[in-house]
Amino acid sequence: MTWVLNNLDLIGRLTVEHLRQSAIPIMLGLALSIPAGWFAFRFRLTRGLLLTFVGLLYTIPSLALFALLPPLLGISFLSEVNLVVALTIYAVAIMTRFVADALASVEPSVRQAAVAVGYGAWQRFWRVDLPLAGPVVLAGLRVTAVSTISLATVGILIGIDNLGYLFTNGYQRQIVPEILAGVVAVVVIALIVDGLLVLAGRALMPWTRKGS
Amino acid sequence: MIEFRSVTKTYPDGTHAVADFDLVVPPHRTTVFVGSSGCGKTTLLRMINRMVEPTSGTIEIDGESILDRDAVRLRRSIGYVLQNGGLLPHHRVIDNVATVLRLDGVPKREARDRAMEVLDVVGLDRALAERYPSQLSGGQQQRVGVARALAADPNILLMDEPFGAVDPIVRAELQTETLRLQQELHKTVVFVTHDIDEAFLLGDQVVILEKCAQVAQVGSPSEIIENPASDFVASFIGTERGARALRTKQTDRGTVLVDTAGRTQGVLVEGAP
Amino acid sequence: MGLFGDAIAWIFSPDRQTGSLPLSEAIGTHLAFTVVSVLIAAAVAVPAGWLIGHTGRGREVAVALSGAARAVPSFGLVLLLVLVLGVTHKVGASTTAFVLLAIPPILAGAYSGVEAVDRRVVDGARSVGMTPAQVLGKVEVPLGLPLLIGGLRSATLQVVATVTLAGYVGSWGLGFYIVQGIQIRNFAQILGAALVIVVLAVVLDALFAILERLVVPAGVSARRAPEN
Repeated sequence: MTWVLNNLDLIGRLTVEHLRQSAIPIMLGLALSIPAGWFAFRFRLTRGLLLTFVGLLYTIPSLALFALLPPLLGISFLSEVNLVVALTIYAVAIMTRFVADALASVEPSVRQAAVAVGYGAWQRFWRVDLPLAGPVVLAGLRVTAVSTISLATVGILIGIDNLGYLFTNGYQRQIVPEILAGVVAVVVIALIVDGLLVLAGRALMPWTRKGS
Repeated sequence: MIEFRSVTKTYPDGTHAVADFDLVVPPHRTTVFVGSSGCGKTTLLRMINRMVEPTSGTIEIDGESILDRDAVRLRRSIGYVLQNGGLLPHHRVIDNVATVLRLDGVPKREARDRAMEVLDVVGLDRALAERYPSQLSGGQQQRVGVARALAADPNILLMDEPFGAVDPIVRAELQTETLRLQQELHKTVVFVTHDIDEAFLLGDQVVILEKCAQVAQVGSPSEIIENPASDFVASFIGTERGARALRTKQTDRGTVLVDTAGRTQGVLVEGAP
Repeated sequence: MGLFGDAIAWIFSPDRQTGSLPLSEAIGTHLAFTVVSVLIAAAVAVPAGWLIGHTGRGREVAVALSGAARAVPSFGLVLLLVLVLGVTHKVGASTTAFVLLAIPPILAGAYSGVEAVDRRVVDGARSVGMTPAQVLGKVEVPLGLPLLIGGLRSATLQVVATVTLAGYVGSWGLGFYIVQGIQIRNFAQILGAALVIVVLAVVLDALFAILERLVVPAGVSARRAPEN
């Protein structure tokens, strides 16, 4: 506890960094996976290909992905861009399947009713399909957010400072409370973000609230 | 003979499914429990093979309380047909039918041979024996369910809305088949349905139930139609309407029967059956 | 593609068969850690998951556990356990971390597999007089097997990735090449090791994908045959 109290500044600074590095991949993951998931849902051919591809991306261990990206994209190995791109790839890999499943979970009768009352394809997607797919998309976003925040710590191995710094620094200096503080901090902010997403979901999708 | 004595069932959340139910189910006859959904009829049925345990009261089979018997052994001695078949999707038709025999330790070959014979009894082509349930039509699956229930030759057969999920044509076929089977096998059948026409067609004894399994009337179909015990029964069986509220009308070719809307429903045939 | 050429050359260099950590030994250790950890985790989580799925008791705990487990940074957990259990017991400490990380997905696979079995099928099995153990063994376990294998699949991939990170605490496994490569700025070694790791992960994933299909009971995957 003493270590934590003496280093609140450090923990605070690293937490902010950590959140900043995680937020970009989470938002990019959501934005990219909506069209990708729609393609996977809409066309049978792209479904198999896309879902196999994102599944394959997801199997690549993080440290190996950091090594693969620089020569492929011409970016620096020891850079924040590398970390953010890698985390975005994982986010898209998780979210695409969720979005495809979410769109498939919309009742066909509701979709047909929307066509029948005269929604165009574009309007229908944004006003009917996507909102009704919302709860499953939200479930995917929660998984993505928590995994991304937890996984971002690996960035310290390629020299990116975030809460992962407490792991390697604590290990080298043999300070158990430092590593423990890092683990707890990551879990706590992951759960807080998860809780915020649940609240946002309730605000945006009032029809999913249980009737009183 | 099955006897219910002051049977009640209250669920942990406080809802009463059955309140103080008494009934004698005569042997070798078909007794039908009929009522709207939520009247406790399925609960009554499932108490007979201890799928549901009564909160108080006793149920006896041939004078012996079922609560003194091992639940698993009891279930193997009673045939049970579920609404959706409840067949094991990963077992072939023949193995589904042979399930109880195999559970009782009958060798596989013998069990399969006996199961084959039961397929004949319920009118299923032996060629279907090696199929899986998902490869059969709904009506065929239901026959497999009946065959499974009959395989160990139980004295009692429980049927829980067995034909509720099949289309009307197949349902009529299966009802006829049930009547034929009962004429051959003389089991003690307890049948649950919400369809009063099905109840009158199949039942020797019909039990009309209100909420909490309160008995509104017990009797043969004729007794109930001729003498409904209450307004509830009269309305439930529909004596004021349709094909049960008929008057005669003279035509040039004889007497016909007409419903309240004036539609002709049948012809009056003279002479006793 | 110069770097990829160098990486391939690094993998197939004769030097990989000698030295302080031969490539075959690194692959062997990596696999051994993975297999042993997943087996230990399965020995605990599979029976527990089946019991939870069968009885419905403890379900909330299992759900919360697998949700919270996702938030635990695996790298941090490895370093924490090594430091707490003592740097002289690195193998045991790391294995403990791998097992802890493998338990939640296996538990989830086992209980959700049992839970996903159609309640009417379970009802039917009870009604013909199967004992609770028979219902579990003859109905719930075989029908839930594909989801259980799915859980083992996630657990295995999770452990493969974490063993890679554990190259930071010991000179073992394929991750060590990357950690060492970063220190000595040898990008051919980093990329070469990464490629081997990717192949290893993809092969394991493919094996599980095949297994997942194989364990779908006949009859469940069977579509209605043409009427004859």
